[in-house]
Amino acid sequence: MSVSAQPFQFATAAYLTRVENQRATTVTELLECLKSASDGAIFYHTFQTLGRHHFLTEGFSNDFAQWTLAALNQPELAERLGSVDIRDYLSIAELRTDLCRMVGEFCEDHSREAQNSAFEPFYFCQTVEVVQPLPWDARTLAGFRAGLERLSHASFYYHFIASRLRLQLRTNDFSNWFQTALGLPQLAATADRIDIYTNTLDTARRELVELVDKEIG
Amino acid sequence: MTTPAIEKASCQLDQYVPLLGAAEIDELRTLAKPLEGSTVEMVNSTAVGGGVAEILTRILPLMRELGLDARWQVMEGGPEFFEVTKAFHNALHGSAYQVRPRDFEIFLDYNQRNRQRLALDARFVVIHDPQPAAFIDSRNASAEQTWIWRCHIDLSRPDPAVWNFLEPYVARYDGAIFSSPEFSRQLPIPQYLFYPSIDPLSDKNRDLDPDFIEDVLAGFGIDPRRRIITQISRFDRLKDPIGVLRAYRIVKRYFDCQLVLAGGGASDDPEGSEVLAEVVEAAGKDPDVHILELPPAAPLEVNALQRASTIVVQKSLREGFGLTVAEALWKKKPVVASAVGGIPTQVIHKHTGMLAHSVEGTAYQIRFLLSHPEIAQRLGEQGYEHVRENFLITGNVKRYLTLFLHSAACNA
Repeated sequence: MSVSAQPFQFATAAYLTRVENQRATTVTELLECLKSASDGAIFYHTFQTLGRHHFLTEGFSNDFAQWTLAALNQPELAERLGSVDIRDYLSIAELRTDLCRMVGEFCEDHSREAQNSAFEPFYFCQTVEVVQPLPWDARTLAGFRAGLERLSHASFYYHFIASRLRLQLRTNDFSNWFQTALGLPQLAATADRIDIYTNTLDTARRELVELVDKEIG
Repeated sequence: MTTPAIEKASCQLDQYVPLLGAAEIDELRTLAKPLEGSTVEMVNSTAVGGGVAEILTRILPLMRELGLDARWQVMEGGPEFFEVTKAFHNALHGSAYQVRPRDFEIFLDYNQRNRQRLALDARFVVIHDPQPAAFIDSRNASAEQTWIWRCHIDLSRPDPAVWNFLEPYVARYDGAIFSSPEFSRQLPIPQYLFYPSIDPLSDKNRDLDPDFIEDVLAGFGIDPRRRIITQISRFDRLKDPIGVLRAYRIVKRYFDCQLVLAGGGASDDPEGSEVLAEVVEAAGKDPDVHILELPPAAPLEVNALQRASTIVVQKSLREGFGLTVAEALWKKKPVVASAVGGIPTQVIHKHTGMLAHSVEGTAYQIRFLLSHPEIAQRLGEQGYEHVRENFLITGNVKRYLTLFLHSAACNA
């Protein structure tokens, strides 16, 4: 088994939700808020949704889609917003541009519906992240597997989902380490393909453990 | 000012491991490490009854076990103070209220008297709810302190006179915590979202022996073989017990069932007995309606009633958070609740329970779940997961630790 000179440092992240002073009650207002919301807010309502509702595998791909469906009864826009896969983005700026484009097109095509008042407002929030290194790391796949099993949901979320933005790469902390430190590009790629939208955090971790087991043999 | 007797730290962190996993508990220890020895002072207005006292009773021992020097102070007030603060409470929830200038004087006078007895010199001072909000006057500008106002009530439609009086005090804190985004206000300070929490190991939430549950039901004359619809909450108009009664009467046309309305009192709520009398009168002589006035501390009875219920209802007109919902979800019970306050955060419609907006809607959702027990079961199971992830006391401790770490980093 290969031993990496560059260990994988496990960390934990704790998240606070900070409520912003922005709120939207129509699709038109949502568009305006999306344009001016902080990067933290876009992150919270797309990436963080996966962490907060990770035990559900339907209906919560992001907060914008959920609100558009539940509070505005606009299933077409909700489906488009719900199709956004955060793995396709290298930055919040790109993600914001796509969200604005989708909502903007709806406003142009359905100008009357875009003014309809929602059943409840959309409150923009953002994340405050506090990261602490955990007192263990890994230099081998076996050590990595052991460390992975000890992670909390928040730690797993931090390494597997939130990391994409931090790294500004189409990857996650785990795959990045498999590839760069262990020289295992195939494992890196298959791990990165684990579907974070149709899995819970627990089942995603289980899939990753199985992939690692297969690699260890 | 008194320091309440905090429950002995019988529930130690390791006891949560079987429920949450070792990783979640290790994580708390990791986060707490840099805060070891930091002083924390929590202040509220009642030592027993109500959700705030209950949370503090459980949270303080855990903070201490994690190495923080955490204290809890309860402010003292006479009947005139609690009448004013109850009126403020209702007004902040949106009820009509004719403010008298004297009310503000009483409020400030009791804040001043209590402040004189307190050092309020902890590194992190957390003031709960409006009653002690003016304690911010004690802030020592030269000391390295973080003052947080923790608001447990729904401020989405506050009476302007009362809010305009309180806002200048709140705006001087370093941050405010609300239970739901819609409760937040336009303020010049950071506003954080903290869900209140339940303790899965407390007497109110831990597993119970089925024989004990049967004994409790027998003691109250409730038939365990027939459907039981339950609302647990203080006898308070904002909890709409009369509305629950009306919903039950609609359901009763279709299903044989019993209704349990059970609640305790809180020492800062002088209105309870009046509302209780109204409910008793409205119930008339229906033998299937059980109105139970529980003592402020009857956690095992509440636990048994929730576990015995077929459906748990929380038909509040206004709500801070409604911890009884989380309690019921933790017991995997299907919940029908009003879409007010923090309830929609707990009851995600059709995922972790059913939301309703009226007496008729409440009745319909109860009937739907009684007709579809498999759906009721799925909602209960998903509700349990939702609580496990978001509304347990360990999560609350984690949020406080995160806030303290964040504040310390900002100060540095």
